[in-house]
Amino acid sequence: MSNIETLVKNLVEKHGKTRNSLMPVLQGVVKEERYLSEDAMIIVAKELDLSAAEVYGTASFYTFLDTVPRGKNIVRICKTISCHMKGKDEIIEALENAMKIKVGETTHDNKFTLLTANCLGWCHKGPVMLVNDVVFPELTPEKALEVIQDYVKNSK
Amino acid sequence: MENKTLKKIDLIFADYTSSKYKVLEKVLEKTPDEIINEIIDSGLKGRGGAGFPTGLKWKFTKNEDNPVKYVICNADEGEPGTFKDREILERVFRKVLSGMATCGYAIGAKEGYIYLRGEYLYLVPELEKEIEYFDEFAKKLNLDFRIFLRMGSGAYICGEESALFESMEGKRGEPRNKPPYPTVSGYNQCPTVINNVETFATVQIICKIGSEEFKKLGTSDSRGSKLFSVSGDTPTPGIYELELGMPLTDFVDNYGDGDTKAVQVGGASGFCVPRKHLKDTIIGFEGIPTGGSMMIFNSSRSMYNVLHDYLEFFNEESCGQCTPCRVGCQQLLKGIESVKKGERKPQYLDELKKLASTMKIAAKCGLGQSVANPFNSIVDNFREEIIY
Repeated sequence: MSNIETLVKNLVEKHGKTRNSLMPVLQGVVKEERYLSEDAMIIVAKELDLSAAEVYGTASFYTFLDTVPRGKNIVRICKTISCHMKGKDEIIEALENAMKIKVGETTHDNKFTLLTANCLGWCHKGPVMLVNDVVFPELTPEKALEVIQDYVKNSK
Repeated sequence: MENKTLKKIDLIFADYTSSKYKVLEKVLEKTPDEIINEIIDSGLKGRGGAGFPTGLKWKFTKNEDNPVKYVICNADEGEPGTFKDREILERVFRKVLSGMATCGYAIGAKEGYIYLRGEYLYLVPELEKEIEYFDEFAKKLNLDFRIFLRMGSGAYICGEESALFESMEGKRGEPRNKPPYPTVSGYNQCPTVINNVETFATVQIICKIGSEEFKKLGTSDSRGSKLFSVSGDTPTPGIYELELGMPLTDFVDNYGDGDTKAVQVGGASGFCVPRKHLKDTIIGFEGIPTGGSMMIFNSSRSMYNVLHDYLEFFNEESCGQCTPCRVGCQQLLKGIESVKKGERKPQYLDELKKLASTMKIAAKCGLGQSVANPFNSIVDNFREEIIY
């Protein structure tokens, strides 16, 4: 049995073999794999007794359920109005330069994917970014680079 | 009209009583009808933005003849400029659980769910700990009500109640046709009460201080106080609990930076109020209601950029299910871009306003229906900034 197969089976066991479990199961796969591969979605469909199309339909609707490969760490910078006013463009520019990629791309070593996100709910402390599930408010370009350096150093 | 001024209140984040769930314990001595009547009497309206009377929602659900009912806490806080629910969950989560349990007991539900937006995943460990504690406590009280946590995955539209149910059922977050309303057919097609995080916390407060005391705050249309998320051009961004019914000018005097040009009340889907209308705008259901988002813009800001940001947001977050919203959002964005570039005459803005008004009538859910709010209020008040 492949790793993903085991992972999906465990998730289905934990959440129950019903359609209502589809989101938690997909979220569980993304947590481990960072994205949903075609294989993963087919396995989920089989385990939950759904058509693969239905699984893909649900997965492709949600921003956080990626269906294309992502890096080990996903960096999401809030681009909505309050963070825009507080300088999210400078943060994005700094990270793009440091990582040598553009928003939407993944670094060659597969360590980081750089994305933007809509309102992250920290409008009073913008600009803000999420690295995986961790939030970093009140950023400056320097602070943002430090955070990324920290992930590189500690090979998180 | 009642003349209210800005008044700071401290109820929502006020400390717990020393004994945990003391308020809930007391509430359970009452009958479900007594509780529902108390909430109806308090005049509490939903704190998520739409403002449906909470007590009535509970009553309709209770009156449904179905053995399975649900209580759902909408924690999919995604409206730009809103961050108060996160703070409630972080600081006084117990009040939310208490409010949910009160609702469960009142309507006869055995299961409650919290639908938390994926962006707040880091809150989960603490929330789960408290839910575990709640479970034990409920057992002690012989209260047959359990609470579960479910996550969203980054879709603004899932804050719309029927889209939220779809998402919980493992589907695309596409809003359903209404009616039937959630009180009749919600999660799993069963009668469901769905309330905002702050609404449940406020229920706990009403249970504690009584509806009479609660009603002393606010106006006849907008009872009580509520949380405001203040951001933008302000020296004091943050979360403030204020009495409802104040004039917007009071708010700006307190939180503006002295150079306020406009305030966006109610987030991207709310209304833009220019300086000249601050005085005659009441914050409450008799004026402009808000889920709490207050974004302040000073004279250095281009309102074209503000509107452009909002429209980009709606373009990305429209679920795409109905044509008025999907195509309407695209055309509004393209439209203001082309007017700005001079490819279209300024009069084209009037055509776009008609399109926005059509979306208000024809779109299937609140997202598409409310795009006209920011669009028309910004274009009407800052037309020259959109054109030049």
